[in-house]
Amino acid sequence: MSEERRRVFISGNEATAEGGIAGGCRHFFGYPITPQNKIPEYMAEHMPEVGGVYLQAESEVAAINMVYGASAAGARVMTTSSSPGISLMQEGLSYMLGAELPAVIVNMVRGGPGLGNVAVAQSDYWLSTRGAGHGDGRCITLTPYSVQELHDFTARAFELADRYQNIVMILGDAILASMMEPCTLIPRTEMPPPDRPYAVGPHAPGSRERNIINSLWVDFDVMEAVNIRNEERYARAAAEITEWDEFGSDDPQVLLCAYGISARICEGAVMRAEEAGVRLRLLRPKTVFPFPTAPIREWSERVGAILVVELSMGQFVEDVRLAVEGRCPVDLLGRAGGNMPSVSDVLAKVRQVAAKAGV
Amino acid sequence: MAEAKLINPYPDALTEVEMRYCPGCTHGTAHRLVAEVIDEFGVRDRTVAVATVGCSVYAYEYFNTDSVQASHGRGPAVATAIKRVHPDAVVFTYQGDGDLASIGMAEIVHAAARGENFTVIFINNAVFGMTQGQMAPTTLVGQRTTTSPRGRSTAEAGWPIRVCELLDTLDGPAYIAREALSTPQRIRSAKRSIRRAFELQLAGEGFSIVELLSTCPTWWGMDPLGAIRHIEDTMIEHYPLRVFRDRPAGQQEEAGSDA
Amino acid sequence: MREELFMAGLGGQGVNLAGQLIARAAMDAGLNVSWFPIYSPEVRGGSSTCTIVIADGRVGSPTSERPNSMVLMDSTSAERFAGEIADGGLLVINSSLIREVPRCEGCRLIEVPANEIAAEIGNERTVNMSLIGAWATGTGVLTVEDVARSLRAMLPERHHVHMPANEAALQRGAEIARSLA
Repeated sequence: MSEERRRVFISGNEATAEGGIAGGCRHFFGYPITPQNKIPEYMAEHMPEVGGVYLQAESEVAAINMVYGASAAGARVMTTSSSPGISLMQEGLSYMLGAELPAVIVNMVRGGPGLGNVAVAQSDYWLSTRGAGHGDGRCITLTPYSVQELHDFTARAFELADRYQNIVMILGDAILASMMEPCTLIPRTEMPPPDRPYAVGPHAPGSRERNIINSLWVDFDVMEAVNIRNEERYARAAAEITEWDEFGSDDPQVLLCAYGISARICEGAVMRAEEAGVRLRLLRPKTVFPFPTAPIREWSERVGAILVVELSMGQFVEDVRLAVEGRCPVDLLGRAGGNMPSVSDVLAKVRQVAAKAGV
Repeated sequence: MAEAKLINPYPDALTEVEMRYCPGCTHGTAHRLVAEVIDEFGVRDRTVAVATVGCSVYAYEYFNTDSVQASHGRGPAVATAIKRVHPDAVVFTYQGDGDLASIGMAEIVHAAARGENFTVIFINNAVFGMTQGQMAPTTLVGQRTTTSPRGRSTAEAGWPIRVCELLDTLDGPAYIAREALSTPQRIRSAKRSIRRAFELQLAGEGFSIVELLSTCPTWWGMDPLGAIRHIEDTMIEHYPLRVFRDRPAGQQEEAGSDA
Repeated sequence: MREELFMAGLGGQGVNLAGQLIARAAMDAGLNVSWFPIYSPEVRGGSSTCTIVIADGRVGSPTSERPNSMVLMDSTSAERFAGEIADGGLLVINSSLIREVPRCEGCRLIEVPANEIAAEIGNERTVNMSLIGAWATGTGVLTVEDVARSLRAMLPERHHVHMPANEAALQRGAEIARSLA
């Protein structure tokens, strides 16, 4: 395989799909839903090139259970969907957390609740970071903000999923899915199968004990041990992979917090900060579970106020407030239903927040 | 001197864990038949059992093979993926009537339609056992359950579903048979069908399903012998015993007899 | 340098493809770029629109409030969007289809009879090329040679026979832009 990195101009959906293949995904199960249909289409087209399996499931419910089965059988596996489809997958995700199985799930978030619409939204933040489904498990959640990051994060997610034996969720949105940008592709390479001594499948007689993949733990202590193991994984992930980026004034009066497409709008606001007459800095998480609590807490002691911008009525803002613990005012600019604030809207809100905070 | 030979040994493909099924329940018989077939083909180290939700939820404790416990109704989706990852594995699901014919109807129909190359062992005892006796999609008209206390009424709950007949409308399956675990003769016939189903899977012929009419003395409110008689006298009339499909042979033959 | 280009036309006019060509050409010229199809509630009724942000630094927001330049391909789009252009911005319109020149005080207007040009060249599929040529030359962000090179790279080889017609259309648009400079 060529190690030359090809720079292409592609959509977020295509970059995500190719990121999966580059990350070693050879099994894809999915069910069509707008606005991410380009991903299964891309997989159907390109999986055969790498000897992989693409299968269109009869529903999201079946798709996630195929992911469960493939992961149990030792495969790097992925599914992609959008909000209503991710709702349907919650039970399967919970089983995977209970059985401690790795998998990569992509959610190109659209407007909700209900059937909602197919426009941009960030209203599945809780669904990703507080779930999945019932029980105590959580999904490691990555928040790309460009086509390049969709590609890179998806590829990297497979290694993280196996490292923590946990679901890794890529939280995209309808705009990131459909917008096109230059993207430097990670070369496809043949990887050895993931190291999963617990996986089921044919093996030489007597080479090992039989393997059982299960999430039914009737014994209280055994069930609690699963919960404790998961918590230890999340603590390890917090120490090892919490990631964020910062951009703007080194002596900010107001800190902007945003992820994904909202962070792009906020980046625009930082670039035009002089219009607001306020020194601005953007902190954007690349992971929201684990959450970059420490840097937000540090800034909260140095800025007059924090403004959170997100495409929901206020989900991500709660994690920011938990990090800040009242050290400074935290305000929210939230839009929903497919509407986005403009850069000017953000700057107007910044002026308001700064005035209220007296900076 | 002639050596004593054990002619009916305990199957390798069963663990020695004590089963938790009720007295008179035929789950144990079904487990034993499947285990014998696995042993006869010598594929225990290649086999992955998919346990589902119902009384057989602990099947992974009883089958001495790699096992995956699936969520309610989704066994066929899980098995599909295991087989796609390991085409050389021998994969079977073990599902009750609530799991397969109620919550999991979509998954079983689509796995069958795709002709997925695994085997389904379908236990039909016309009642939800694990949750303590509620109506199943296969509950007979007039049958009393805890959620059809006056007997299943077609006005309220419609008619029972004949799964084999329904799947027989599809082109995907290679093998479809209904057997009963009510008499030694029928049990031998059931074993032949299970063996044939695994044989076709090993030959890569595609989807195979064996429905087994089974007893539930506990939730039928019968003693074990009464439950056996209930299969013979009542269930078989509604669920005829037949090999519906045997693709390579291409013929339909009588099942349920030791001919 | 930061160029915010807004393009609009009727569905089927190839607005999105034209926008992707410009964006691809910007990438090939070593610039940062995003291409963003817009679906705001106002944009309905067959209109197809996209926003392209080209920058030598960060792109930041892929959306635009006051585009520096616009390429408008039909009269409905002209009526609806021309007024949103930034002061001093460049407005390129397909004058073959837009009879009533939109009012845009303080903007530079280039009228390109794109359909007539395509007819003269003898290839109706080159309509958007003269508009792109006028935009590239009018803004100076890209040269028509940049665009032609990227078009060649994007087109499957069997369509390379159309390159001379496309290049001719690009040049005709560029000439109109130069004549107004």
